[in-house]
Amino acid sequence: MRIMAQMAMVMNLDKCIGCHTCSVTCKQAWTNRTGLEYVWFNNVETRPGLGYPRRYEDQETWKGGWELGRNGRLKLKGGGRLAKLATIFSNPKLPEIEDYYEPWTYDYENLLNAPASKTFPVARPHSLLDGRPMNPQWGANWDDDLGGTYKTGHDDPMLKGIEEKVTFEFDKSFMFYLPRICEHCLNPTCAASCPSGAIYKREEDGIVLVDQNRCRGWRMCISGCPYKKIYFNHSTGKAEKCTFCYPRIEVGIPTVCSETCVGRLRYIGLMLYDAEAVTAAASVKDDRDLYEAQRGVFLDPRDPAVAREAERQGIPLDWIDAAKKSPVLRLINDYKVALPLHPEYRTMPMVWYIPPLSPIVDAVRETGHDAEEAGNLFGAIDALRIPLEYLANLFTAGDVEPVRQVLDKLAAMRSYMRDINLEREPREEIAQAVGMTGSEVKEMFRLLAIAKYDERYVIPTAHAEQAHALEELATDCPVGEGGPGAFGGGSGGPVPVAIQTLRETKERMQADDMSQVPGSVSYLQWDGRGVPGKASPEEVEHRQGIPGAGPDITADPRAEAPLKGMRAQEDPQ
Amino acid sequence: MNTFLFGVFPYLAMAVFVVGTIWRYKYDKFGWTTRSSQLYESRMLRIGSPLFHYGILLAVLGHAMGLVIPKAWTDVLVPEDIYHAVAVGGGMTAGIMIVVGFVILVFRRRTVKTVFNATTVNDKVMYLVLGLTILFGMWNTISTAFAPEEYHYREGVSPWFRSIFTFQPNVDLIAGAPFQFQAHAVTAFLLVMIWPFTRLVHVFSAPFQYLARPYIVYRSKGDTGQRPTPSRAPQGTWKSPTASKR
Repeated sequence: MRIMAQMAMVMNLDKCIGCHTCSVTCKQAWTNRTGLEYVWFNNVETRPGLGYPRRYEDQETWKGGWELGRNGRLKLKGGGRLAKLATIFSNPKLPEIEDYYEPWTYDYENLLNAPASKTFPVARPHSLLDGRPMNPQWGANWDDDLGGTYKTGHDDPMLKGIEEKVTFEFDKSFMFYLPRICEHCLNPTCAASCPSGAIYKREEDGIVLVDQNRCRGWRMCISGCPYKKIYFNHSTGKAEKCTFCYPRIEVGIPTVCSETCVGRLRYIGLMLYDAEAVTAAASVKDDRDLYEAQRGVFLDPRDPAVAREAERQGIPLDWIDAAKKSPVLRLINDYKVALPLHPEYRTMPMVWYIPPLSPIVDAVRETGHDAEEAGNLFGAIDALRIPLEYLANLFTAGDVEPVRQVLDKLAAMRSYMRDINLEREPREEIAQAVGMTGSEVKEMFRLLAIAKYDERYVIPTAHAEQAHALEELATDCPVGEGGPGAFGGGSGGPVPVAIQTLRETKERMQADDMSQVPGSVSYLQWDGRGVPGKASPEEVEHRQGIPGAGPDITADPRAEAPLKGMRAQEDPQ
Repeated sequence: MNTFLFGVFPYLAMAVFVVGTIWRYKYDKFGWTTRSSQLYESRMLRIGSPLFHYGILLAVLGHAMGLVIPKAWTDVLVPEDIYHAVAVGGGMTAGIMIVVGFVILVFRRRTVKTVFNATTVNDKVMYLVLGLTILFGMWNTISTAFAPEEYHYREGVSPWFRSIFTFQPNVDLIAGAPFQFQAHAVTAFLLVMIWPFTRLVHVFSAPFQYLARPYIVYRSKGDTGQRPTPSRAPQGTWKSPTASKR
């Protein structure tokens, strides 16, 4: 048994309101640079819908993930090592920019500079790739809130097997939101597909990262990842991906997407697992057994034998303690309400989801019935097969049973807690109907509905004795370094990314009240205190690489242009 | 002039190549990539790129056969006419693949606006030198194929090439060669000289280690995968003099 710790996430889809705040703050922190205009490490999809990039779940087209070979062993669906090397000169399964969307901006200057005329000037869209005027045809969430889904919805790969039953008529359809980040899989195909060996899984916390100094831009990872959560930076020629905000995680604060989540639907915590059992679990024959197989590789740190063994194998004590308190562990293993996204890809994903009960609640309510009555809900979950089968295609390789059990638990919780809130006698039989006790239901309710910050995020800090090795100490993100130079990209200079120092982060973490909090933060280290985006002049002196903040200001030609204009105005010559 | 072009320049080119490659690897690992443009356009790339690259690999084999192995050795093993047929057949196949592939790729680079935008001056210079090398190389192949008696490169160019590596460059051996052979030699060494400073460095990244390594790579937080650097200063990235001015 080889015990490893994995930083994992659970998202409660019932609480997602589709506001895209996670996507926007993530983009501000990580992908607001040249070459990554089209990239969203975090995106929110409306389902049913095509997703981003379009139809990424159709692995018969994209060949991502693993599959079982004839001999029953795992092999890369996109072809093994020799096949990868043979097709290295032109990756046959790479999504093109149209599959994501061609990024654009608007010609805002025209609003100010247009000569007087009878009609209002307009800001026309221009491509961010070649600058030409363009007509946007698709975007990362073009079919948001089922927009246009009557036309494109039937191309959703997850409608497989239930096509005839699903209509996209306004009053008969159901929908929910699916926020997605990198899954930080236990058995990642991106890493397995990388010819250079640049993608690695961190031993300490299982975060999957791309070594920017080793990546040679072969692009096999992009095809290999079935979730299409590795992206090609077309300016630097290298792969980039969601980092699980490791600079934040290392100092014990949650990812930017979690921190800024309006619905507070994300949970972060450790999972201990047996690394030696992963391959066997990912190789079970039936796709539908993969959910249980993956649960089987997780270890329970509350078991003294496991804790002892983990300690013996060098996992720090405070990490074991954090693993015991992990909200993710409770949701996945105790209450069994969280499910993996697409276990059939056999990558053992580690961002899990609590499927939404809301489409069913809405349907019951619309029929005029009491949508919080246990009997009505249980009945509806069975009667409304379509949402159930659709969710099963997403989370359990099509096996309806585990999804039904989760929804039953959520329905029971809803009904049981309603009685308490109305000061009626809680009915124990509702809890028993889903195999729980009343107090368990109350605990689960607490975690799902009212858990506070440090219950939702149980993140042990990286270790002081390893501090010399913390990547944050190198202070800046290598992907923002350098610029095109003599060898690099031709399409515009990169916009540097700002990651502030560990010292600054620590000061913020240890501050007792607001007065001690430095005035400025970037989203990358914003912990909810203070206002992001303002800096005092003294701080500005220490800054480099923040657009418009430091002495570097002249390094950016676009920043220099307005400065020149200002000088010209001040100087009457 | 001949002494410089065929006696001095090859050494200059190779010295720049070796030092330049080490320097680039040390200071510009972040810039070490193919800078793929497949995201912008993949239909033409899908045909042009494999054609060109497999052609080049074949041509490398051909050069090893024709330049490195002395004629006396092959004469023992295979009759002259069979050797000639293999050399010309292989050479023409490789040449056509390279030329067609190269034309497709350059056409794509010029006509697809996004790809053209991503093309630097550095790339353009490299394509020019590479294109000239290919042009003269193709001319050599054709002249050898259709007028085999006119010039025996394996008695002139090849021994000259080997003489470079024994550090006794014999310029006279190539001095009598036709123009296209001399031109091919010069442009090829010019290509070698600019090699470390262009995107051509991706050749050294041919990922054969992929065949042997385990699928999933685990790495500890502090392990950079390279030799430890004495200080934890950010890894150096080479900046061009113009970058700091911009």
